[in-house]
Amino acid sequence: MLQEEEDLSLTIAHIVQKLKGSRLYSQLERQAWVSLQKPEIKLESLKEDIKEFFKISGWEKKLQNAVYSELTVFPLPRHPAAPPEHLKEPLVYMRKAQRPVVEQKELLNKWNEMGTDEPDLSLFRPVYAPKDFLEVLINLRNPNYENGDHLNLKTHLGLIQVPLKVKYISELKEFFIELSLNTGQLGIDDATQVPPELFENEHVRLGQKVLAEQDSAAAQQYIRQGSPTALRAELWALILNVSNQPEDLLYYEQLKSNVIQHDLLVDSLIYKDVKLTASNDDYYFVFEDYLYQVLLCFSRDTSVLGHFAYNSASPPKSYIRGKLGMEDYAVFYPPNGVIPFHGFSMYVAPLCFLYHEPSKLYQIFREMYVRFFFRLHSISSHPSGIVSLCLLFETLLQTHLPQLFYHLREIGAQPLRISFKWMVRAFSGYLATDQLLLLWDRILGYNSLEILAVLAAAVFAFRAVNLMEVTSLAAAEAVLADLSTLKVMPLLQIFLFATIT
Amino acid sequence: MSRVPVPCHIKGAVALQVGDVRTVQGRPGVLVIDVTFPTAGPFELQEITFKNYYTAFLSIRVRQVGSPNQSSTKWITCLRDYCLMPNPHNEEGAQDYVSLYKHQMLCDMDKVLELRLILRQPSPLWLNFTLEELQFFQHGPQSSSSAFTKWLSHPAPYEQPALLLQQALPDPDKVSSEVQQMWMLTEMIRASRTTARIGRFDVDGCYDLNLLSYT
Repeated sequence: MLQEEEDLSLTIAHIVQKLKGSRLYSQLERQAWVSLQKPEIKLESLKEDIKEFFKISGWEKKLQNAVYSELTVFPLPRHPAAPPEHLKEPLVYMRKAQRPVVEQKELLNKWNEMGTDEPDLSLFRPVYAPKDFLEVLINLRNPNYENGDHLNLKTHLGLIQVPLKVKYISELKEFFIELSLNTGQLGIDDATQVPPELFENEHVRLGQKVLAEQDSAAAQQYIRQGSPTALRAELWALILNVSNQPEDLLYYEQLKSNVIQHDLLVDSLIYKDVKLTASNDDYYFVFEDYLYQVLLCFSRDTSVLGHFAYNSASPPKSYIRGKLGMEDYAVFYPPNGVIPFHGFSMYVAPLCFLYHEPSKLYQIFREMYVRFFFRLHSISSHPSGIVSLCLLFETLLQTHLPQLFYHLREIGAQPLRISFKWMVRAFSGYLATDQLLLLWDRILGYNSLEILAVLAAAVFAFRAVNLMEVTSLAAAEAVLADLSTLKVMPLLQIFLFATIT
Repeated sequence: MSRVPVPCHIKGAVALQVGDVRTVQGRPGVLVIDVTFPTAGPFELQEITFKNYYTAFLSIRVRQVGSPNQSSTKWITCLRDYCLMPNPHNEEGAQDYVSLYKHQMLCDMDKVLELRLILRQPSPLWLNFTLEELQFFQHGPQSSSSAFTKWLSHPAPYEQPALLLQQALPDPDKVSSEVQQMWMLTEMIRASRTTARIGRFDVDGCYDLNLLSYT
């Protein structure tokens, strides 16, 4: 009990300190000064009257939203003896498996190759692709784990060999209770055959009310059942606590001027990535310019470095020549600490459908990245981290489709090899855009990426009959090559709630 | 509340196993760690901190100085089966830092002589398990309130102003009240220090490739 109170007061102190530096604090102070002019505020009960004023004028809601977004992002309070690395990643062998050194060396090798002034893109190879990353994950081993030759209770038949905690299907059913069969969903109950009076109209009305209230927590709860297309942009901005203030616009303009004035090596990587992925995609090629604008600014944004406090990875560091090892002359390269890998631009592409203003698009993408997407390409033991997602996918498949799993394993087509690329990109570029946005609604609503693993397993379950007949990895990949006709919500519902276990 | 580490001597972990250690297959699931305090006398235990390494359950037995009419000291269990890993087969909680406090113990810890930590790990999946970085703390002395600046609490005796004061000098009372106000302002600003960034990012050409060294 004492420990919980101490943890709570530590959390409160941390959040207060963080919010004191934000614009919201100075705005609240100014509002409090202004309100002193009003006749309702009396000197004797000053504190209560000002609190009442904040409640009525809506400022309390804004403060609630800010606190809620801090709580969502803030990691658990740490033990005083624990070093900062422990907060990023508690398991020592995962900390040791980070990639930055390899990436740095690759990048440095390419610097030596650069002979010409203009970026000759043929000299550039993407730093790494999801396939390479999967190889690293497969080779993760806990030195204290019994990985004996004889099969025992916990032999991992899949590719991932670390015993992380993943949810069972009963726990998933509880966690995703709003997706159950007797709750209305957008993506299912707004189909043309279903009369809109049953669910859709009421849901839209509720959404408008939530937006009018401007309450982050309520919006997050609401969006678990899907978001109407017209309200989606504003709802996401509300949940991520992104508002388009003049200061944010100014910040974006400053980043843009940095892009124009200074050249960075990662710009070439970004150009190459966009040309290879988004420009070839039927849905996203029109947004090519937006993608450049967002990604080039993103790589120069040092505020992204803040998320490395809870990211298990560390930003690559380099030193000014001649000052090796001196911390004063250390710089992070690229400035935001994130090296884009092959397919990185696909994180931004679906957002272009929602936001047309570059500065708002940029802020939404940055917030989504530091909350969710960074977990998809860093090695950590977090339940939403890519290692846990892979293990969850394999466990679900083994438990509920054992015959299919065994068959695929026998023909040398480990299921994770096919589904990994879907999960790393959060299905962007594989699903149709409206289905993808419905899926990302749920990611925001549940504040977790586990739904990606569940969807991957559901896709395998859906195509199980065809997969049982294939005899090679290439054939299995062909069966699962085209996901653009799939409807996401019925698949999830059937897999979670309608499969006989 | 301040705490002071107590120097202790931690004996190596002893595995409890039925039968001969060499011939029996399978790993022991119970380890015992004895902790003595040879330099410190009987003390009041405030807190125990350690880093877990794949231990699932922890029990602690304590031997204290008995009441004056009792001749021998007994072992009492002060913590029973405290769960460190919710699922012994999974990694959750396996490498966490943990603190145990006086109020979580089943008995008073007023005059501790010796402690015995009993570690259990029922899962056969792990090769080793132990506790690392064990530390024991007792109550520290009450910290005195921060020393008030000497020259503020001992004002200098009133001196006769020198002849220099004939020239136009500001009124000392007004100056002192203004200085006090400024001091209060700086104290307030210091107390509300934030971690907010200014928000600007100047490059100065230091991202020029030629300047960065290859590490």
